[in-house]
Formats: sequence, structure tokens, C-alpha cells
Amino acid sequence: MGTAALQLLVAGIGTGSIYALIALGFNVVFKSTGAMNFAQGEWVVMGGMISALLAGTFNSIAIACLIAVLAVAALGMLSERLVIFPLRRPNALLITLVSIGLAIFTRSLVMLLLGKKPVGYLGFSETTTLTLGGISVQTQTLWIVGLTLVFLAIMHVFFERTIMGKALRAAAADREAAAIVGIKVETTVLLSFGIAAFAGALAGAIITPLTLASYDQGAMFSFKGFSAAMLGGVGSLPGAVVGGLALGLLEAFGSFYISSNFKDAIAFAILLIILFARPSGLLGRADIVKV
Amino acid sequence: MTGTLLEIEELECRFDGLTAVANLSFDVHAGQIKAVIGPNGAGKSTLFNMIAGITKPSAGRIRFDGNRLDDLPTFRRARLGIARTFQNLQIFREMTVLENVMVGHHKHGNASFPQTIIHGPALRTEECVFATKAMDILDRFGLSAKAQLQAGALSFGQMKILELARALASEPRLLLLDEPVAGLPHAEADQMAEIIATLNTGGMTVLLVEHNMRMVMSLAHEILVLNNGMRIAEGTADEVRRHPEVLAAYLGEVADA
Amino acid sequence: MAVTPPPIAFPASRPLPTETGNPAEPAVAPGRLSIATAPARPTGQWQLLLLWLLLLTIPFVAPNAYVVSLANVALINLVLIASLNLFMGFGGQISLGHAGFFGLGAYASGILNVKLGLSAWIGLPIGALVASSSALIIGIPALRLRGLYLSMATLGWNSILVVLFNRLVALTGGPNGLLGVQPFSFAGFRFDSQLLAFPLVWLASLVVMLAIRNLLRSRTGRALRAVATNELGADAVGINSFHTKLLFFVLTAGMAGVAGGLYVHINQYASPETFDISSSILLVVMVALGGSGTYWGPVIGALILTFVPQLLLGYEDAELMLFGLGMLIVLIVFPGGLARVPEALMRHFAKSKRP
Repeated sequence: MGTAALQLLVAGIGTGSIYALIALGFNVVFKSTGAMNFAQGEWVVMGGMISALLAGTFNSIAIACLIAVLAVAALGMLSERLVIFPLRRPNALLITLVSIGLAIFTRSLVMLLLGKKPVGYLGFSETTTLTLGGISVQTQTLWIVGLTLVFLAIMHVFFERTIMGKALRAAAADREAAAIVGIKVETTVLLSFGIAAFAGALAGAIITPLTLASYDQGAMFSFKGFSAAMLGGVGSLPGAVVGGLALGLLEAFGSFYISSNFKDAIAFAILLIILFARPSGLLGRADIVKV
Repeated sequence: MTGTLLEIEELECRFDGLTAVANLSFDVHAGQIKAVIGPNGAGKSTLFNMIAGITKPSAGRIRFDGNRLDDLPTFRRARLGIARTFQNLQIFREMTVLENVMVGHHKHGNASFPQTIIHGPALRTEECVFATKAMDILDRFGLSAKAQLQAGALSFGQMKILELARALASEPRLLLLDEPVAGLPHAEADQMAEIIATLNTGGMTVLLVEHNMRMVMSLAHEILVLNNGMRIAEGTADEVRRHPEVLAAYLGEVADA
Repeated sequence: MAVTPPPIAFPASRPLPTETGNPAEPAVAPGRLSIATAPARPTGQWQLLLLWLLLLTIPFVAPNAYVVSLANVALINLVLIASLNLFMGFGGQISLGHAGFFGLGAYASGILNVKLGLSAWIGLPIGALVASSSALIIGIPALRLRGLYLSMATLGWNSILVVLFNRLVALTGGPNGLLGVQPFSFAGFRFDSQLLAFPLVWLASLVVMLAIRNLLRSRTGRALRAVATNELGADAVGINSFHTKLLFFVLTAGMAGVAGGLYVHINQYASPETFDISSSILLVVMVALGGSGTYWGPVIGALILTFVPQLLLGYEDAELMLFGLGMLIVLIVFPGGLARVPEALMRHFAKSKRP
């Protein structure tokens, strides 16, 4: 492979990891509520901006990010209690609409409190770039991929091995049956919002050194996350990873080799093709999708 | 009325290694009430779903009035004259009782699109005809007082009758009834059985799946007994009642235990 | 982990009273989750005509042209929200691409006018046709998909359209917009002010509202509502669910295209950001806030969309925050939308009267 292609590969994997995290957050909320969570991208933005806010206070950027991510996770759960929990008869569309309201509210709150200027901070390593195999790689990209892998591993263990994780899966699969065996569905929804906010904030925190964070990026992150989740197969953890990577790589190679002008159109065109040809996504089950 | 209305030939349904229905063949003659019974898991629902067009058979043929049904989607089978009710009620709960029955008439409507947009005379006539016919059917079933209620407000038994009314509105030639009295208390089950008998006297062909033996034995002209996806007996109520394999299928586990 | 996602329950259709005029009683909806169970107020032909007669006074009572322009905006928004409500609220489907069809209608008519000098009277129907045709093409594969997937497909289609509006600069004028679009004119007389354009918008919106009302009062409308409520049941009575959904998708896209044609010839301008995803999402929100699946909900939605930003203008940066807050409050307290509030109140008082 030429150096250009290798460079694109690395870039694609980097952004792909971010998309994978956002897609994972999307999937978790989708599975427990059936809703498209439009606030997902706002959590990404908050992760980046709050990290930037705290970066001055703490010696280590990593600590600042960690606290910021935890704070956003807490805020995610708080918003669930405030706007989702009170719904008397929640259904997928209503929750989706509420998430839109939440996104609008959160975005403007962030703008008012943290300003319109894009903010950023240095990466986690002292050195910003390394040269590997003839191409220059941002160390932050390595951090992104590494942290994403760690998070995915933790998620895998959580969902497969812990009681709480299995309870979440049970509640997602069948609310009534789960309630009958004593699983509190309201708690699982709360927890899924917390996890999704965590994943989103993590994505925001680790990408900010490369892209800067600003209050209006939320919608774009949300849509990219939705697309990645669809590509990989909505609702599956490996699907989020595959979809995220696929989207990241498609964007990287597409904008270089085809046209950067129509780059966004390419991503959406591919999304449409996947939806029409294989709506269950690369990894999903085919029977659940068609009417 | 004579003649075979529904022919099932060597029908099979296999999924994932499990054979739900195996090499099943039988006929339904015009004007008869035929019941399909069998222990749980015998394949009755699968058979029904294949006739209705919801499940695709792995092998075999289904003929309605001599025409192959094959890949025809459900709505086309409905247009050919097969109407069905569902085990777990598929009425339109948020529409009124009257509207539910009027929807049943759907395939008989043909007012043009321009007429619809301007609510022209042809459309108004059509609406009037539909509403009148629907009220007639509701009258027959004693539901006309409830015509303007939301269907979801009815009692369970009334909903079952409503679904039957909707099926009748399409003026079918074959009624597929999926457990028509399941979940109904005695009196209402008897009422439903009477309704079905009356319809049949009027010439309606009925194929039904049921667990309620009392109703089946007194109502059906012919009974088909399935077990493990295969036919183990077919005949009149008396013949089936005495059939050793049928007794074994229903009582077998207990006898062996 | 490959757990199947829970089925999406989208709002069921609301019942309309039959010709006899009695409103349907509210029901308990066992097991089925829906946005609201209360039926909408009866639609009255006379209420509609009376309202439109009142609207006709606007050019005479309005203090200035700005107020008239707001009325025009409100009526165009009404066409958009009412058509989306037909597909979403009554049809139970979801479209996140309605603004895209709005844009296709606007650009098609506008471009034909600017490049070929085609009259607006011809351009507008062609624009609507372009929008409908694209809905047909995209609908055939997309409408076979369930809820979430359909919404993503419409979102994707809208996004592609916006990219095209932005990038095909020679045709559309790009991000700076399409300039120099001529207004409606007849025998030399140009409808080139907001005041003069008002009768056109007034008429078009009346026609659309009447068409929607008549559709709902027919077998076709019942079929749509049946498909929305319960596709299995609809299949069982011989309704071709796919055709029904496609018909309404194409029809409502055409209505959005009409709105687009009106928009571009009244403003004599179009720019891509008017037709992007956030507009589509906003339209969905308005359908819900007004009352999804009700006949009058879109009127409320159009009023909110047009006038609430005006009310919030004084608050500057907090405007969006207040809007988001308001939206959340309405959705939580009145999930059925504002059009259903009168019924909910009536039922509440009826209940408390009983001993």
C-alpha cells in the first residue's frame, strides 16, 4: 500500500473509533427504549468542552478528561430522570422527540455557559506525532484507538458477565418479561443513558486534541453515530465497532479518492445503499427489519 | 354448493431443522365447517399462517378455488375471498367499531382518486354504501349500539365478534378462524359458535383451528387431527372421537407416565 | 452481543367521526403504547371555511407588510406540517426528510424560472411533480423498511439533497442561494409583494387542507389509518399496505413541493439551509407538539413554528434554550400534543364530577 493509503487507513481507524463509541452509545439507548437518541452527539460535545474547561485546573489532562466524562455520564442520567422518567406512557417516538428537545436545550445551555468559541487542549502524550512505518501518526490517534478498545472490552464484560449487564439486555429484549422476573425497567433505562453519555463524552474528550470542541458539533456527531450504528447493524455491540470503522474508513478514502466536495454525500449515499440492500447492516439479523 | 374450495397438497414447513408441518394433504369442501385440532405444537398455527400467506411453505401446494396461491401475499389472498381472524386479535383499536367493519369492505371500493380528493358524488355514495352495509353486519351481531365507540373500549368477547364482523364485511368465500373462542367464557363461546353455525347455514365455508373440544365436536362437519405436524386422523366428530391415535396423542403422555 | 432490538411502536392513527358526526368516545388502550388515546375533535367543514374566511381579513387588518409576510410564512408552514402529519400522524410512518421535498419543489420551480424563464404557474406544479417523483423513487425501497430504518433513509436522502443544493453551484447558486427568481405574474401584473402573494398562499393552503380532510373521510384514508394501526389486520382485509404507504408518501411529498414553489416565488430566493435536516426535524417536532394524528394539530404546529421564535426574539442567545425547555414541557405534560388538550380537560372534569 502506498503511504497515502496507509495514512488514510490510520486516519480512518482513528475517526472510526470515535464513530464506534458514539454508535455504541446510540445502540445502548436504542435497545432499552427503541428510540433514536438525538442528545447523543451533545454528550460528545460536552465531553470535549468540559474537559477543556477542567484542563486548566488539573495537572494532568487525562485526569481532567476522566472527571469530565464522569460528570457528563452523571448529567446524562440526570436528564433521564428529568425528562424521560416522568413520561407517563413512554414509547419510542415520544422518547425520540423528547431527546430532540433535550438536545436543543443542552446545546444552547452549553453555548450560554461555555461560549461559542471552539476550545481544545493538548493530547495525552508529550510527543504529538510519531513516525511509524514511514508515515506520521498522531499519538492522540493511538490513544483514541487504545482507549476505545479498552472501553469496548469493559462493555463486553459488563454485558456478558455481570448481572446488571444481563439485566439491561433482558429489559431491552422484553420489558414485560424482565419486569416479571424482578428487573426494574426504569433503572435499566437510567443506566443505559449513563453508559451512552459516558461513551459519548469519552469520544468527545479523546478527539478534542485533534479537532477542537465547539458547541454546534452535536448534530453532526449524532448523525454520524446513527449512520455507523445502522451500517453495522443496529443494536449489536460488534456492529457498532464494525459500522464505526467502516464509516471512518469510507470517509477517509472517499474524500481523498473520490471528492472531498461531495464527501458527506458519499457517506449518506452509502448509508442509503446499505439500508436498501441489507438494512440489517453488516452484522445484523435480516429478519427483524422488513415489514 | 358443492366443490372443493381449498386444496392442501403435500404441504411442508421446515425451519432450522424443525419440521412444523410434514407432507400434509387435505381438502375443504364448499359449504362445510372443517376444524383442525391437535395438541400444542402440532403445527396448527403454522398451517394457518401458510394458508393465509404469512409463512412460506417449504414444499407443497395450496389451491383456492382451483388457483394456486403460492407466492401470493396476504392481501391478495384476502382479495380472492379468503378472510381470517386472528388468535390474538388484530383489530384497529383506535378506530371506531363502525370504521373497523367499514375497512373490511375495502376491496369493494373503487371511487377514483379525483373523486376522493373533491369528495364527489361517487365517493359519497360509496361511503354511504359502506356505512350501511357495515351497520347491517353490526346489527346482526348486536353491536350496532356500539358503532361509534373506539374499538379498544369493547370487551374481549365483543372484540372477537368485531373481528369476525370485519372479516365478513369483505364478503369472503372462505373464513379462516384462528381459535375463535379462545379466552371466552362459556356463554360467549356458545354465542360465537352459534354465529358461526348460522353463517355456515347461509353458505359460508369455514376452516377453523380450536382447542375447545365441545365446540368443535358439535360444530364441525369434518375434523382434521394433527400431531407433530402430521395428520393422524380425519373424519366426522364420531369417527375422530373414537380414533385410537387421537386418544393416544391427547392422553398418551398421561397414560405412559 | 446480538440482542434483537425491541419493536418500535409509532403513534397510531386517530379516529375521525363518521358522517353521522358523533365524536368517538375515548378508549382504554390495553397494552398498546401510543402517544395518546384521546380522539381528536371532530373536523368540521364549516369550521375550516370559517377559519379561512377570517384569514381573508388579514390583508385588511394587518398594520404592516411584515405581519402579512408572517401570515404567508405561517400558511406555508401549515402546508408542510399538515402534509407531514398526514404521513406521520395518520399514517404512523416517520419521515425525517420532509424539508428535502420542500427544497426540491422550491429549487425545481426556481431554477426553471431563472434558467428557462418558465412561468411560476407552470413551475410550481412541475416542482411538486419533481418532489413526488423523488419520493416515489426513494419510497419504493425505503417504505419496505420499518420505523427506525425508514427514518434513517429519509434523513439520508434529505442530506444528499442538501449537499446537491450546496454543491451544484452552476444550477442552484450554491450556499449563496438561488437569486433572481420571478414572482407569480399574470398578464403583466406581478404578485411581487407579500400582500399580493397572500391570496395565492391562502388559496393553496385551503386546497391542501380540504384535500387532506377529504382523503381522511374516504376509504383511502381509512386504509392509511388501518395500515398505521395494525398492518397485519390491514393485510387481512385486502389492503395493499405497501401501496398505501407509498401513495401517501408521494402525495405528501408533492404537497411539500407545492409549499416549495410558493416559497421560492414569493421570496424570489432559495438557499440550502432552509431545507436541511434540522428543518425536517423541526417539522416533525411541530407535528408532535400540535398533535400528531389530529386534523387541527398542524394549525397549532404552524402557529408555534411561526410565532414562537418571534416571541422569543428578545431573549437572544437564550431563545433556543427556552424553546427546548418549552418543547420538553409540552411533550411531558401533553404527549398527545396541544390539539388534544381540550378533550383531556373535558375527560378530567367529567371524571371528577362523578361521586
